[in-house]
Amino acid sequence: MATSNEIVFVDGVRTPFGRAGEKGMYWNTRADDLIVKAMIGLLERNPRIPLESYDDVAIAAATQQGDQGLTIGRTASLLAGLPRSVPGYAIDRMCAGAMTSVTTIAGAIAFGAYDLGIAGGVEHMGHHPMGSGADPNPRFLAEKLVSTDALSMGATAERIHDRFPHLTKERADEYALRSQQKAAAAYEAGKIQPDLIPVAIRTDSGWGLATRDEALRPDTTLEVLATLKTPFRPHGRITAGNSSGLNDGATASIIASAEAARSFGLAPKMRLVSFAFAGVEPEVMGIGPVPSTEKALRKAGLSIDDIGLFELNEAFAVQVLSLLDHFGIADDDPRVNLWGGAIAMGHPLAASGVRLMIQLAAQFAEHPEVRYGLTAMCVGLGQGGSVIWENPHFDGKAVRA
Amino acid sequence: MSDRFAKLAALDPEEVITHSFVRDVPISGGKTLALITLDNGKDHTRPNTLGPKTMLALGEVLDELTARAAAGEIAGVAITGKPFIFAAGADLSRVNDIPDRETGLLMGQLGHLVLGKLSELGVPSFVFVNGLALGGGVEIALNADYRTIDSSVSAFALPEVFLGLIPGWGGSWLLPNLIGIENALKVIIENPLKNNRMLAAPAVLELGIVDAMFGPATFLEDSIAWADRVTHGAKVKRPREPGKLERAVKWDIAIGIAEKTLEERIGRVAHAPYRALELLRAAKNTTKKVGFEAEDGALADLIAGDQFRASMYAFNLVQKRAKRPAGAPDASLARPVTKVGIVGAGLMARQLAVLFARRLQVPVVITDLDQAHVDSGVEAIRADIHKLLDDGRISPDESNRLKALVTGTTNKGDFADCDWVIEAIFEELEAKQNVFAEVETHVSAETILATNTSSLSVEQIGAKLAHPDRVVGFHFFNPVAVMPLVEVVRTPSTSEESLSTAMVTAAALRKNAVIAKDAPGFVVNRVLAKILSEAMHAVDTGTPFEVVEESTREFGLPMTPFELLELVGITVAAHVLDVHHEAFPDRYFASENLHKLAEVGHVFERGSKGRIKGIDPKVTAIVAGGKTPLTAPELRQRIEDGLADEIHRMLEAEVVAAAEDIDLCLILGAGYPFQMGGVTPYLDRVDASERAFGDTFHHPVIRGVR
Repeated sequence: MATSNEIVFVDGVRTPFGRAGEKGMYWNTRADDLIVKAMIGLLERNPRIPLESYDDVAIAAATQQGDQGLTIGRTASLLAGLPRSVPGYAIDRMCAGAMTSVTTIAGAIAFGAYDLGIAGGVEHMGHHPMGSGADPNPRFLAEKLVSTDALSMGATAERIHDRFPHLTKERADEYALRSQQKAAAAYEAGKIQPDLIPVAIRTDSGWGLATRDEALRPDTTLEVLATLKTPFRPHGRITAGNSSGLNDGATASIIASAEAARSFGLAPKMRLVSFAFAGVEPEVMGIGPVPSTEKALRKAGLSIDDIGLFELNEAFAVQVLSLLDHFGIADDDPRVNLWGGAIAMGHPLAASGVRLMIQLAAQFAEHPEVRYGLTAMCVGLGQGGSVIWENPHFDGKAVRA
Repeated sequence: MSDRFAKLAALDPEEVITHSFVRDVPISGGKTLALITLDNGKDHTRPNTLGPKTMLALGEVLDELTARAAAGEIAGVAITGKPFIFAAGADLSRVNDIPDRETGLLMGQLGHLVLGKLSELGVPSFVFVNGLALGGGVEIALNADYRTIDSSVSAFALPEVFLGLIPGWGGSWLLPNLIGIENALKVIIENPLKNNRMLAAPAVLELGIVDAMFGPATFLEDSIAWADRVTHGAKVKRPREPGKLERAVKWDIAIGIAEKTLEERIGRVAHAPYRALELLRAAKNTTKKVGFEAEDGALADLIAGDQFRASMYAFNLVQKRAKRPAGAPDASLARPVTKVGIVGAGLMARQLAVLFARRLQVPVVITDLDQAHVDSGVEAIRADIHKLLDDGRISPDESNRLKALVTGTTNKGDFADCDWVIEAIFEELEAKQNVFAEVETHVSAETILATNTSSLSVEQIGAKLAHPDRVVGFHFFNPVAVMPLVEVVRTPSTSEESLSTAMVTAAALRKNAVIAKDAPGFVVNRVLAKILSEAMHAVDTGTPFEVVEESTREFGLPMTPFELLELVGITVAAHVLDVHHEAFPDRYFASENLHKLAEVGHVFERGSKGRIKGIDPKVTAIVAGGKTPLTAPELRQRIEDGLADEIHRMLEAEVVAAAEDIDLCLILGAGYPFQMGGVTPYLDRVDASERAFGDTFHHPVIRGVR
């Protein structure tokens, strides 16, 4: 008989994120090899869990073709050396793919069907440019269900600037600069590296090893950012500098019932409090995390003030600012994206959700004064996803200044 | 450096260069590992090879890294390969162009000079064996300080002795000093002589050749992490490394045993295994420098010698010509074979049934005259399949599938939907003719009728058919599962479609097919019968058995004439000789005595374990009375000249397309040694061809240089 279970995030790892395209470090690396290497790294650093005890493997990819096709959760499990008795499946919710892998596995555990599963995502945007092979129904445009802007993520971000004129390009650039600086500092302090799985990369001039994100720009300045082109509109606001890039990478995590974690002697890094997904107009998809966060807070019985750490996916600076603005949080609030975000590290679509969780989990360990954290992201075609986590290290003592 | 080796580098202006790309890889503690990738820019079907220019370039890269190590920029150097391939050793494609011994000497010296740098970098060196590694590729690894291997590597070997060489870039000295003499003997001598057996990764680790093994999914990452730990002081254990006791006691004994085994197995003719043995013997207590110099000398001698050239010729036949048989019609003409009929339920028929079922995966029906024979035949076949299951060669599902494919019947009507029927009944022309005529009434007009006859005319066997164009000879060698050759015999009426179907079917059975004309004995038996004819004739005319045995010793054949006679079976051999005598009475002697020997059933007296003790006195008595004995050298020349003459006649009569096909048949069907090149290169180089027909089989003659 199924029973309701408490859910924990046991561990998570990721590959370094590469720059998409022929010049990117993963151009000669298969997408499935990226997720397989991440999974092997995850399994190897959790040797207490017998491989046959994983109940399922959910791996997300936004473009499920070629080296991301063929039910990637199943193929990756076979390639990673999991026993054949362990099943697997593929997930797609565009940018929130890995996040949905986590919530879907969590749902099955909560219901009592599973004890433990692997949830992750992969996106090789070099091999699979965004939307490649898609065939949108002509009704979308014929019946004006969405505007043409809805299918261009940069255009949707421009429309957030339109809707909130006070969220200026200057504020977006300043936000982007801080993201780069925080990421550089985090790397310098060795905060990011422990959860990276190095990947051997083949190039025309021999094998190398990827050990850090490729797209980082620690030396950028406001002056440089100000001069970048605005490819989505003449004299627009969205630039390559205040957006996440096009990236390749993979993430994987272990999600378990608290009971299973205890039985295997594991120390969970986070406890799941609530999650929610919500829809908004596709043309302004970037504001999606606002309603999804409100819903997740409501389900958790919490208010925004209870959240001590935020890991928000930086698809676009303005889209993060719109959420902060909505909740009355300052652009440079120290609780937000402590170690930088996707603008610096990259956003391989369906992989990113678990990266947010990896970083929140690491920050929880350093911040026992924080009880709750939020991971949230926007999703193409007008969605948002939010997951609220509780810090198992919370000691109830210190109160934030 | 390059000046000294200019002569060598000039040999091949079109050398496919394997590049040594260097990339810096960050390891812990802010240190750097310089990672060299060997990559010739082609896909895995063209493995990395190590020609002179490749080696010179690698040497320069290693010099640069030595300087960087001295400057404190790098903490280690590692070498790996391109996907699926580490390196396949020296490039042997231009080896026939090596003009003199000195150039061969340079080849060894260049390898030692360059690979020797791997132990003089000033920082630890690693080799990550990520894929196929043969010969010089393995020696790159042996020259490094540490080694890892990808657990999926299935081809790791030092095949030099198989090709008539010795591991000459350090392997002969380094390997025994790394893994002990017994293991080194296995890798350098024993495996190459077992038809070039290769090692898979777990065996490489077990033998102590590598220090660590990692799975393929993260092989390079794990190897780098391992090298990182070693660079930071992690200890590497080498339990197989020979200790004082092994050197003092075991070493010489092991060499002695190996030498004796070698002599028993292949005689003393082949040079390479004995040169390798000498090097391994000396590696016990010589320095690396002396060991490497000894390798240089041995390599230069062998490269310049006759046997190596013949071996390369033979190797190319087996690797290339065997895969593209001369005279084969377009494969698109072949008809699909979806069901097979086998006439006969005897030992040969059973072997054929297992082979066809296993390789073609189609229904196989065997037939015989009475149900009891059929039943015992099917039962025996299923037992053979079950043995494959017990040996772990096939899965339970596969075993069930194969057993279900094989059925038996006494009604040849069950052949109605067969695309291929092969007969394997006793060697009697009329019986075979009648079988085919009967089968023809049941099958379609296109069904191939194949005969496994070894001595009858294929054309005659098909003489009673309405459609003789569908008849082919399909002559296997015993044991069918092991011997790689099939002689495909075409008659004047065999159609292109039938011949093509036979060739495609042979390939599907994973056999090497050679097309032969419908002439007595086809290829292998005609050559072997010639030797038997001369051997029996010598015995019949008073030459002692022992002298006959001695006469072929210098060929280095796997067996003496009379050992082969016993293996084949004297009755069968006597029949084969009769057939040849009938066909060519002036060139093949009849031997009454051979039929008498058949009644005895053997030639040798043997000990309890089958070891030959001598000639059975009963046998000696049977042949007594000859008055004109030959000496061993006299008989050897008779055999050599006889072979040259007969093979020349076979080529004149176009029994096969070329001398190469004769050699290929003898190598694959009779185990003739590479060092003879099959047989024709040998006959040329001992002047038998000149004596027999005033010319040579090969132009230029396949022989060494000075």
